[in-house]
Amino acid sequence: MTEPIILFDKVVKKFGEFVVLNELDFHVEPGEKVTIIGPSGSGKSTVLRMLMTLETISGGVIYVGGQPLWHEKKNGNLVPAGQAHLRKMRTQLGMVFQQFNLFPHMTVLRNLTEAPRVVLGLSQQEARERAEELLKLVGLTEHAGKFPGQLSGGQQQRVGIARALAMRPKIMLFDEPTSALDPELVGEVLNVIRRLAEEHDLTMLMVTHEMRFAREISDRVCFFDRGKIREQGTPEELFTAPKEERTREFLRAVLEDG
Amino acid sequence: MLFGLAWNTAHGEAAFALSILPMLLIGLLVTIEASVVGFFVAMVFGLVLAVLKSAPLRIVSWPATFVTEFLRDTPLLVQLFFLYYVLPEYGIVLPAFLTGALALGLQYSAYTSEVYRAGIEAVPRGQHEAAKALDIPPRRTFTHIVLPQAVPRVVPALGNYLVSIMKDVPVLSVVTVLEMLNVAKIIGDQTFDYLVPLSMVGALYLILTLLASSLVRMLDVSLPKRGIPLR
Amino acid sequence: MDWQGYLHPLAQGAWVTMELTVYSTVLGGLMSFLAGIGKLSSNPLIKAVSVVYIEVFRGTSLLVQLFWLYFALPIAGDMIGIDLRLPPVAAGVLALGLNIGAYGAEVVRGAIQSVNPSQYEAATALNFTPRQALWRVALPQAIPEMMPSFSNLAVQNLKDTALASLISLSDLAFKAEQLRNYYQDSTTIYTMILFMYFGMALVLSGMMRLLEHSVGRWREPRY
Repeated sequence: MTEPIILFDKVVKKFGEFVVLNELDFHVEPGEKVTIIGPSGSGKSTVLRMLMTLETISGGVIYVGGQPLWHEKKNGNLVPAGQAHLRKMRTQLGMVFQQFNLFPHMTVLRNLTEAPRVVLGLSQQEARERAEELLKLVGLTEHAGKFPGQLSGGQQQRVGIARALAMRPKIMLFDEPTSALDPELVGEVLNVIRRLAEEHDLTMLMVTHEMRFAREISDRVCFFDRGKIREQGTPEELFTAPKEERTREFLRAVLEDG
Repeated sequence: MLFGLAWNTAHGEAAFALSILPMLLIGLLVTIEASVVGFFVAMVFGLVLAVLKSAPLRIVSWPATFVTEFLRDTPLLVQLFFLYYVLPEYGIVLPAFLTGALALGLQYSAYTSEVYRAGIEAVPRGQHEAAKALDIPPRRTFTHIVLPQAVPRVVPALGNYLVSIMKDVPVLSVVTVLEMLNVAKIIGDQTFDYLVPLSMVGALYLILTLLASSLVRMLDVSLPKRGIPLR
Repeated sequence: MDWQGYLHPLAQGAWVTMELTVYSTVLGGLMSFLAGIGKLSSNPLIKAVSVVYIEVFRGTSLLVQLFWLYFALPIAGDMIGIDLRLPPVAAGVLALGLNIGAYGAEVVRGAIQSVNPSQYEAATALNFTPRQALWRVALPQAIPEMMPSFSNLAVQNLKDTALASLISLSDLAFKAEQLRNYYQDSTTIYTMILFMYFGMALVLSGMMRLLEHSVGRWREPRY
C-alpha cells in the first residue's frame, strides 16, 4: 500500500476559543483527485489553508509527502517547524484561490514567471518558456502582455491556475475556484481543471460547491461537517446513496438550488 | 535675565535647566496663545474661503480658489515677513504677536477651507433633497441640517491642524514674538549653552503635542458620528 | 532698484532653494521607507527605533529641530569629544530631510498596510520569502497609494526650506531679507518671492503628478 501524500493525524485547529477542526483524520493518496464538500464553517477551506501553511496548526500532525509539515524531527522529537523547513515543504504544494489573488501590478506573463525566477532560480528564458507552455494549456496565449485588471474573472482564474502550476507542485489545492465567478465564466475554468485532472497525475484537493463537476472528476468525495468528515466515498457512493442523514440533508439542500 | 527672572549657570546642568524652566514655560504660554488665536483666524477665514469657493458665480469662486492655492503653496515665513514689513507701509501697524497670529491663520485657512469643503460635501445629497422636498428654506437647511452633520466629520481634521499650528509657532520668533523657541535661543545666545534650552524646548513640544493630540482625539470620540443632536 | 534689478540675486537664492529641496526630499524619501518599513518590522529593536524617530520628529517643531542640529549638536559633541559642528547646508538638509521623513514614514506604513492581505497569501503559496513578498508584491502596489501624500509632502518641504534662511543659508528667503534690509523695498521684493515660491511649488506639483502617473500605469486599464 502506498503511503498517503497527505495525512492529517488528529489535527486540531482553533481560532481563539472556536474549534474548527476537532481531531481530524484525513488522508489523500498520491495522484488522487479528492473533492471536499460541506456547509460553510465546516472547516473545508481551513484544511487547504493549513496545508498551504497559511494557517497554523493547534494540535495533531499534518504529513505531506511522508514528512511532518508544521513540525520538524529534532533528536527524535517533533518540534514546531522553523521557516526553512516550511519553505522546503511548501515546494510540494500549489494553491488556486477563490479571489484569484493575481499580482495586479504585473502582466500575466510576469505573474507566471516571477516566482519560478525568484524562488526557483530559473533563468528569464526558462521561466518564459515554462510560462508560455502553461498559457497554452489554459488557453490564454494572446493575453500574456495584459494586466489582470484587463481580464475577465474566468481569465484571471485560469492565470491563477497557470501561476500555481508554474512552480511544478506535486499537490494542487483549489479553494472554491469558481465561487467568485459569474455563472457564464465558470465553465472555462472547470474545463481547465478537468483537463488537468485527466491529463496529469497531479494530486488534486478541491473545495467546491459545483456538485456536478465534483462528481465528474473526483476519485473520492468527502463530506465535511463541523470540523469532521461525516462521510466519504466515491462520487457514485456519496451522491447516489449517501449513508448519513446529515449528508442527505446537505445534498438535498444544495442540489435543489443547483 | 528674561521676564524678570535670572538663570543659574554656576551650579551645573541640572540647576541651569531648573532655573530656565519658568522662562520656557512663559514662552510655552505665548506659544499656546499664538496657536489658539492663529487657529481661530484659520477657522474663520477658512470658512469664508470655503463658502466663496463654492459660489456659483465664477468671478467669486475663481479668485477664492487662487487665493487658497497661493496661501497653500507659499512659505509661512515669507507670508509673515510680507505682513510684518508690507502692512506698515500701507498704514496698518499691528503688534508683532497679532501679525504672527494673522500669518498663521492665513496659511492654515487654505487647509481648513479644504476641510470644510470635504465635510460639507460628505453630507449625503439625499439630505439636501429631503430638505427641499419638505420646503425647508436653504439657509435653514444649511444651519440645521447640513452643518450639524458636517461638524463631527470636520472636527478631527481641524484639531490636527491645531496641533500643526503649534509646531509652526516658532517661526514667529523672527518677528520677535517671545514664544518658546525664541526664549531658548535668547538664553543660548547669552549663556552660550544652547544644548540645555533647546533640548528642553524639544521635550516640552513633545509633551504639548501629545496632550493636544489626545484632547483632539477625546473630542472626536465624544462627538456623535451622526451629527450634533438638535432638540 | 526696480524689480528687474532684484531678479539676479533672487534667482541665485532660488537656485539654492531648489538644491535644498532636492537634497532634503531625497533624504526624506529614504528615511520614509526606512522608518515606515521599520515600524512594520517584527524585530523589536528596529521597530522601537523607527517609532521613536517618527514620534520625535513629528511631535516637535521643524524650526526647533533645525536650531537644535545647528546650535545644540556642536555642544553635545564637545561634551563627548567629537566635532559635531554642521555647516548650515548640512544642518538644513538634515533637519528638513529627517522632518519630512518622519511624516513620510507614516504614509509609507499606511500604504503598505493597505495592500490586500490576500496578496501576501498568494506570495506565500508561491513560496516567496517575506522580504521578496515585500519588495516584489507589496511595495509596487503600495507606492501608487503613497504618491498623492508624497506630492503634498514635497511641496511642504519646499516651503520649509525657507526656514534654513534663519541659519544663514543663502536661499531665496535669505536673499530677499538681505535685499530688503539694504533697499527697504519690502513690497516689491516680498511680492516677487511669494510668486517665485508659488511658481516653484506649481512646477514641483506638476512633476509629482507625472511621477504619480508613471508608477500607477498598471492601475489605469480597467476591464
